[in-house]
Amino acid sequence: MLIRLISGLISQDAPRSRVLTALLLAVLAALLAAPFLLPGTRPLNVAAKVAVFIVLVASYDLLLGYTGIVSFAHTMFFGIGGYGVGIAAAKWGTGWGPLAAGVALAVALAIALALVIGLLSLRVRAIFFAMITLAVASFFQILASQWSAFTGGEDGINFKLPAVFSPGNRLLETPLLGADINGRTLAYYVVVLGALALFLALLRIVNSPFGRVLQAIRENEFRAEALGYRTVVYRSVANGIAAVGAAAAGVLYALWLRYTGPATTLSFDIMIDILLMAVIGGMGTLYGAVLGAAIFVVAQNYLQDLMKLASGALEGWPLLPALLHPDRWLLWLGVLFIVCVYYFPNGIVGKLRRG
Amino acid sequence: MSAVMQGNEGAGAAAVPANRFDWRPLAILAAIMLGAAPFIGSLPTWVTLTVAGLAMGMMIFIMASGLTLVFGLMDVLNFAHGAFISVGAYAGVSVLIALKVSLLATGADSTLWSNLAALVPALLAAMAASGALGWFFERVVIRPVYGDHLKQILVTMGGLIVCEQLIDVLWGPDQIPVPVPWTLTGAFTFGDIAVERYRVFAVVVGAAVFLALWLILSRTRLGLLIRAGVENREMVESLGYRIRRLFVGVFVAGSALAGLGGMMWGMYQGSVTPPMGMQVLVVVFIVVIIGGLGSVGGCFVGALLAGLLANYTGYVLPKLALGSNILLMVLVLLWRPRGLYPVGKA
Amino acid sequence: MADAVSNPLLTLAGVHTHIGQYHILQGVDFTVARGGLTMLLGRNGAGKTTCLRTVMGLWRASRGTIHCDGRDITRAATPELAHYGVAYVPENMGIFAGLTVRENMLLAARQGPPDDQRLEWIFGLFPAMKKFWNGLAGNLSGGQKQMLAVSRAIVEPRALLLVDEPTKGLAPAMVAAMIEAFRELKSTGTTLLVVEQNFHFARSLGDDVAVMDSGRIVHAGAMAALAADEALQTRLLGLSLEAHQ
Repeated sequence: MLIRLISGLISQDAPRSRVLTALLLAVLAALLAAPFLLPGTRPLNVAAKVAVFIVLVASYDLLLGYTGIVSFAHTMFFGIGGYGVGIAAAKWGTGWGPLAAGVALAVALAIALALVIGLLSLRVRAIFFAMITLAVASFFQILASQWSAFTGGEDGINFKLPAVFSPGNRLLETPLLGADINGRTLAYYVVVLGALALFLALLRIVNSPFGRVLQAIRENEFRAEALGYRTVVYRSVANGIAAVGAAAAGVLYALWLRYTGPATTLSFDIMIDILLMAVIGGMGTLYGAVLGAAIFVVAQNYLQDLMKLASGALEGWPLLPALLHPDRWLLWLGVLFIVCVYYFPNGIVGKLRRG
Repeated sequence: MSAVMQGNEGAGAAAVPANRFDWRPLAILAAIMLGAAPFIGSLPTWVTLTVAGLAMGMMIFIMASGLTLVFGLMDVLNFAHGAFISVGAYAGVSVLIALKVSLLATGADSTLWSNLAALVPALLAAMAASGALGWFFERVVIRPVYGDHLKQILVTMGGLIVCEQLIDVLWGPDQIPVPVPWTLTGAFTFGDIAVERYRVFAVVVGAAVFLALWLILSRTRLGLLIRAGVENREMVESLGYRIRRLFVGVFVAGSALAGLGGMMWGMYQGSVTPPMGMQVLVVVFIVVIIGGLGSVGGCFVGALLAGLLANYTGYVLPKLALGSNILLMVLVLLWRPRGLYPVGKA
Repeated sequence: MADAVSNPLLTLAGVHTHIGQYHILQGVDFTVARGGLTMLLGRNGAGKTTCLRTVMGLWRASRGTIHCDGRDITRAATPELAHYGVAYVPENMGIFAGLTVRENMLLAARQGPPDDQRLEWIFGLFPAMKKFWNGLAGNLSGGQKQMLAVSRAIVEPRALLLVDEPTKGLAPAMVAAMIEAFRELKSTGTTLLVVEQNFHFARSLGDDVAVMDSGRIVHAGAMAALAADEALQTRLLGLSLEAHQ
């Protein structure tokens, strides 16, 4: 009975590997228990970021892994979500009304832009599409950082949320299991549960007939067309769904940070990070996004400390300190990324499933 | 050559279609140059902006020309082209710095010849370094994923990241100022009008590269092969040519050009930074798209358009300037969806 | 006329070709007699083009062998085939639209600029080539492009010519010119393997014929025999292929 319930929740897309299931459950447990397991602002920030990026990367995997499209505009939609919340809060004040309006507008804009880009560019070859998304995303980034009156420019927008989310709002007078339960905790659970819901929704979508058509198109576009599926339409819809996913992730992230700005959402570095997470975790699996995001964000925050230690210890050696310098962690991830593209196209998840 | 085979040379670079030369894009270029004048107001400013625009355009052309040929001929999307640009710049600048120390080649009391003695090796070093990197990339990184566009994009993107990080490791993450040879600094003055020497140099080099490419493509057998290969690889193979070897050659040449362009760009900006290749890559891609994949002539016109527009809007409508390239791309694609001078693919 | 089965120029034995998951050629066996013109007929989708492309190495045979003049060319790379004297005129003509007629011919002449006599002969067969010598190949009419494709293939002497539907879409006058050209080619000793749908063309030129259906050869023999047997023609080729006069 319970098995059936869980199976339904994950849309019958089972992990198919004991190790993978264990890892996924571990991530889920860690996220749900974070306020109690790891008190302090930094661990909680890391956990919230993991949750947000799981959704961001999973929605990207829908495009990359399931539909076979490379787009560089994903961070643009991430930013649209964040800015929707930020601008609404800045212009219309804190409150549930403005918040809802901001989210709705962000989602609407994301869908509209995605469909426009999709219909215009998906008629062309993959190369064109990739470059055009790159150009559009960089245009958007320029727009956001230049249009200071509206978007806060380079500095972004700091804003307040409804009072219920504020740290001062003590939900429980005494700490529970060693942690203060206040508005921030509430915000955290909104983010994590929201991310979980979005992830399960994406699972449902890729395992639906629609999702199967996407995979057919990825495998052999001509055949899909011959079978009667208008590939341009399917690809555009996939684009739209991915955009909404990214925007939703953006909304969650803005809610957590109480801030939105070009550096946290629109930067090309983030786009690269998404790509790395998706490929290393495993393209076309969605669970790859969970592992990829978890490993990446945790490593980004804690591995760099390790690298600093190692780099210091190797002081005096010719190249090694520079290679192990914490700022160079992207080098190693880049190498891992390339290795994955060649040898492990389904990333960690693929390796676990085969093993 | 036999009597029959002679006869008027068809001027047919795939870039510049023979028999009915398509002058419209060039007319647009001229129109923009003239049309900007009233908005700018003063002649000296117009001259400065135009020369700056042409210089910028030429450098972008040098960087983009290799990419468009590789695209057109091999159907390979190479994001690592940005790495070729950066590596070339860094290699060339390193040579320039080394020579400056030993030859005093860039001080105010240097001569034209001593400056050239420093500059030429630096430019050659830039081309050699990126050419070598290109050869490595073609063999090791790209060859395994021929035909798979998705993997190509991913793998070359990864290569770009790794290369940028390696530049950080080898040269450090901070920007390195470029000791530009003294004869290239300063400006020529004609009354009110000042024309920066370096910009003239850039225009000369760019024009020379374009001329060289055009001549090779239209007058040599190699050029014939490349033009035919861009249209229909299979047929060229059926005629008995081992097109793979051609690929490698074109790829390496394209990478070397990227390095040259990168070096010129570095000198223009006065400094080099690790992400410089990645930063200029967007403009390079836009220019390649505007020109038409595989068209050197289109790339040339597109690059000049982009450079001019960026400078004109920078003066007339500064808020628009950063996005001017993207707007240009949208407008050109609306007019000619396959680029200014599309190369037919059979 | 030709040394028949005893000394074939081209032999296919048990050739299978897979394109992706599609099994197109399912065991093709036939020979092409030296110095003769063999017609490859069959309905659309029977696998005729795939056959030529497999011989040319553009698609790889998954099983079987192909021999040309005693040499095993099953695994040969496409450029090598030109060195063995094989020329290919594909279905879509494969001319380079952005190059002039002259440049197209120059490219095909691997051993150096073509000699005047040869060119004069080609101009005699296809006068349009001389007329549009410096014109862009892309500006030629469909029929002229076809002629260019054939001219290009014969700019140097070849041992074997593989031609895919040379008369497709051609006006009757041009078909006649094509027939004339092929006749002259045959007389120079070139072996030809021609895929055709136009039975009149096939009948006037072919010495031997092979008929394909669903990836296999279902009939092979002398053209004269097939031409005389109307019932057999109908059975093999269907009424739609009856004399396109």
